[in-house]
Amino acid sequence: MTRAFDLFYGAHQALRSVTLEVPSNSVTAIIGPSGCGKSTLLRSFNRMNDLIPGVRTAGQVVVSGRDVYAPGTDVVELRRRVGMVFQRPNPFPKSIFENAAFGLRLLGIRDRGELEARVEQSLRRAALWDEVRDRLGRSALQLSGGQQQRLCIARCLAVEPEVVLMDEPAAALDPTATARIEELVLDLKKRYTIVIVTHNMQQAARISDRTAFMLMGALVEIGDTRRLFTSPREKLTEDYITGRFG
Amino acid sequence: MWADEAYRRLLGALALLVPVVAALVLYETARGAGPSLRVFGWGFLVSTDWDPVAERFGALPYLYGTLVSSAIAMALAVPFGIGSAVFLAELAPPRLGAVVSFVIDLLASIPSIVYGIWGLFVLAPWLRSAAEPWLTAHVGFLPLFQGFPFGIGMLNAGIVLAIMVVPTVVSISREILLATPRSLREAALALGSTRAEAIAVAVDAARPGILGAAILALGRALGETMAVTMVIGNTNRISASLLAPGATMASVIANEFAEATGKLYLSALVEIALVLFALTVVVNALARLLVVATTGGRRDVAGAA
Amino acid sequence: MSRARPERIGALPVRGPSLPRRAWNAGLLAACALAAAAVVLPLGLIVAHLLAQGLPALDLGFFLHLPKPVGEPGGGMANAIVGTLILVGLGALVAVPVGVGAGLYLAEHGDGRVGALVRSTADVLSGVPSIVIGVATYGLVVVPMGRFSALAGGIALGLLMLPTIVRSTEEVVRLVPRSYREAGLALGAPRWRVTQQIVLPAASAGIVTASLLALARAAGETAPLLFTALGNRFWSLRLDQPIASLPVFIYDYARAPYDEWNRQAWAGALVLLLLVALVSGLLRLTVRRIPGR
Repeated sequence: MTRAFDLFYGAHQALRSVTLEVPSNSVTAIIGPSGCGKSTLLRSFNRMNDLIPGVRTAGQVVVSGRDVYAPGTDVVELRRRVGMVFQRPNPFPKSIFENAAFGLRLLGIRDRGELEARVEQSLRRAALWDEVRDRLGRSALQLSGGQQQRLCIARCLAVEPEVVLMDEPAAALDPTATARIEELVLDLKKRYTIVIVTHNMQQAARISDRTAFMLMGALVEIGDTRRLFTSPREKLTEDYITGRFG
Repeated sequence: MWADEAYRRLLGALALLVPVVAALVLYETARGAGPSLRVFGWGFLVSTDWDPVAERFGALPYLYGTLVSSAIAMALAVPFGIGSAVFLAELAPPRLGAVVSFVIDLLASIPSIVYGIWGLFVLAPWLRSAAEPWLTAHVGFLPLFQGFPFGIGMLNAGIVLAIMVVPTVVSISREILLATPRSLREAALALGSTRAEAIAVAVDAARPGILGAAILALGRALGETMAVTMVIGNTNRISASLLAPGATMASVIANEFAEATGKLYLSALVEIALVLFALTVVVNALARLLVVATTGGRRDVAGAA
Repeated sequence: MSRARPERIGALPVRGPSLPRRAWNAGLLAACALAAAAVVLPLGLIVAHLLAQGLPALDLGFFLHLPKPVGEPGGGMANAIVGTLILVGLGALVAVPVGVGAGLYLAEHGDGRVGALVRSTADVLSGVPSIVIGVATYGLVVVPMGRFSALAGGIALGLLMLPTIVRSTEEVVRLVPRSYREAGLALGAPRWRVTQQIVLPAASAGIVTASLLALARAAGETAPLLFTALGNRFWSLRLDQPIASLPVFIYDYARAPYDEWNRQAWAGALVLLLLVALVSGLLRLTVRRIPGR
């Protein structure tokens, strides 16, 4: 959840006083035209924007009751609790097993049995286990794009995050692979809180419980997905979802 | 059209001069080494004799000197080089990174002889009076650091070589690190990595290319002549101590070629050049393969946008 | 693989990175910064020592006078400076026409087997130690001529420059936009005229820069001159006679047991460094401004 959150890149204000709430164990979709700040907003939840020089923020981003921009926040620990899946599959050039085990090893888990059990669990949750169980030692780069993306999801789930951020996770995938990712998202919300950025309105309508519409760094409207798509309250929202711009 | 064809042929002829020249260099070196090859055979490489009067020659001390001085250089240049490359590619503000990279590139353009004079007049006295006595006192139980501190010798040569080849390691490793996809670091950070852990992922992905950079640097170190000749002491002896003087294949040629009298003496020196030639060609080919495999190969696999 | 029911795995410990991880992170990042400082340090030291030792010995006479015998004060390296210029000029005369022609061929017609052969032998040549080039030139030029000579030294330097010029010419020519060529061909110009009058001029700035870089590098080479150009304590402009060069001079003077000579070696090294580093430094700066490199 965010409260009156501003974010600047140098002199450019990328987010304007965004306030929104994300209920747990649900899927919240953020839609809007390119450059509207939806990815920036998403990256504010786990402070990935910190990597960009010249970023300033104001306001609060509260995850599980704690302001992530409060001084003294441990960013490394935050990012463990708030996982992220990127636009393009970005597996490490390591084996499938080592990809899924990466975060676990960071946490200092050395016990082979525990690693294997947790890797299997996360691969199962990412609906990839049956496809890769016999070739865990192979390079992750040999998987198809859709499999790579599910591996990235598994890698993220392995460290048991509370929130999973997804930045257009199907943008680089074909329709079949996209469908599998969408099914997976619906399944994952039983355990995780999911925020997904998408430029695809049909996708937002299919998988999300709530949808937020952003334009030029500001949150225009947020509400129950069905309600937002059938009877938008704002004129801008209506124009966007009916395809008048964007 | 005939003019097109003629022009093309002219350029082609000029281009073919390159392999012709390379073949000539190889042919001449092999031909010059002929007498020595015939007299000493493979024994040349394992004999420690070097007696121009009795005309008995063996290259082992020089082979040893080349390998040991280059090994010292690598032991210093590789860790420092990779550390610098990481600093320049990942940590430094872009402007500082560009300036420091420029300065390091300049290091690479300093002539060998300038490093030599510095090694002889600055590094050697310091090694003799400060560093080597310290090493003998503290790690002198190792045979590597026993003996009289000459100042000039293997250690000096290794350090000077390291300074000379480290720019190669830095600039290639830096380029390869910059070419690894940003998304790898982001993925690692998003999983709760510290900065060093995320960089380790990028370094791991760049490993074959960095190895290639190191081997390329090794190729330079093996053939480096003037600086080494000035600081290594030039004695035909194999010594366990790094503080002792020695000689390398390149340094013995530089030292003795112009004054070598006698056909066999000269031929033995040319054979050393032939061995050096072969060694560097193999090492360089290996390095090139590795660098090409990473910079050319990775882009299509990981989809660096 | 363990058969444990995945659902029964306990919760992960929720905590920030442990102290060892933090320490490792900070330590490693600091070590990298220190490594960069350690790599830059020698450059500072070398330049500082060159200035401290070389400047006092450097006066106008150094550039104008010939070497004096041991014991006599003064004297300079005028012949060596001129000798180096002559040697590098000879080298350029050998390497630039061949190198630029070969580079053009590689860029314009070099996709076949001949191109691959030329490219790979250029790579091999560029890795050959300069002392080996010296040995080969000795056999190819000095022995048939019967004496050491400026010509042999120039050829040795030319062989050293050649691969660099070939590969960088190819690189620069390939950067010339395809549209230039197409525009020329569309006007009905034959291909050779397009190459000669459009492509080559468009790439000329880059080719000149690359060639000068190779020249600067060759100017500092000592090893291939030791037994080709040899050296000469006297004034000589003849190409069939041994000739002095700055690097060989520095080498001889640095090894000599006379303080006065050692001082002059420092001065020579300073001049050589200024010559080489200044040229390549300036060129590198301008290269960065040329788009596409």
